[in-house]
Amino acid sequence: MKSTTGSHTGTGSWLLQRATAVVLALALPVLMVCFLAALPLDFTGWRTLFAPPWLRVLMLLTVAALALHAWVGMRDIFMDYVHHTGLRLLLVLAVIVTLAGSVVWLAVILFATALWGTT
Amino acid sequence: MKFRLYRYSPESGEKPYMQDVELDIDPVGKMLLDALLAIKAQDETLSLRRSCREGVCGSDAVNVNGRNRLACITPLSELKEPIEVRPLPGLPVIRDLIVDMEPFYRQYRSIKPWLVNDEPEPEVERLQSPADRALLDGAYECILCACCTTSCPSFWWNPETFVGPAGLLQAYRFIADSRDEATAARLDNLEDPYRLYRCRGIMNCVDACPKGLNPTAAIGRIKSLLVKRRV
Repeated sequence: MKSTTGSHTGTGSWLLQRATAVVLALALPVLMVCFLAALPLDFTGWRTLFAPPWLRVLMLLTVAALALHAWVGMRDIFMDYVHHTGLRLLLVLAVIVTLAGSVVWLAVILFATALWGTT
Repeated sequence: MKFRLYRYSPESGEKPYMQDVELDIDPVGKMLLDALLAIKAQDETLSLRRSCREGVCGSDAVNVNGRNRLACITPLSELKEPIEVRPLPGLPVIRDLIVDMEPFYRQYRSIKPWLVNDEPEPEVERLQSPADRALLDGAYECILCACCTTSCPSFWWNPETFVGPAGLLQAYRFIADSRDEATAARLDNLEDPYRLYRCRGIMNCVDACPKGLNPTAAIGRIKSLLVKRRV
């Protein structure tokens, strides 16, 4: 069986990796400065740090970009080194579940107080 | 001068090994190929490919001290001893320094390296403006020696599916050609996570190319065209 065309995919994920890299390059220094300015980061330090909503939104967006960036990167590594299709699919799914789970977990931590008023 | 040569003879049943060779040769003005041929004159069992001996045919690409180069245009005086000469990495070895180029040629064939134009033939040649012709500079000079493709880790891991830098540079050569009409089909052919996007831009190909070409830049232009088509 021979194929004369590509699968017409790949450009999207490549662009996604590029775009998220730009987001990370811009957002990580800002977050780093905020974190360093808020030292020492004990429990009250964290609460004060994440009190302004814009920082919570920026944090969530950055981690979402990081997750998308990492997903493309991990997929690339699996495509290079894991040549068994079933195993590769399993690993890719595991990465998606881990990354998506982490982002949702972070969203809950950041916004639970604002939404439901609990600590 | 001291040499370490990769030796493999399939009939012997022995595993490949490195052979230490001492050769009395004045390196001034001589190329690595001169030394290899002098060694072959002493021991005719040493097998290697060579033809034009001046960097045009691309048949004597070998791995010298860890870098892929053409033996015929690599000055002996530049090389640190012992000079370790191995066959190109990532391709099956047939004997000594001779590799099976078929996986490389298969990828080259897959990009249809010929002009596709179904328009009726004009009375004279299909003319190009000097500006259109200039787009082919840096792409048409490739001699298919495989130095770049066999220095690319992505090709080592996926030789069946990744076109490789040489193939992609040639794909760009035909995409950029104003006389070619199959641009869309050529882009379709390449738009694939394996065929094109295994390239991660590490630029081993640029480092290896004995003709000073830049496959990474050509791959970047193909990606730009795909993005333009999509966004």
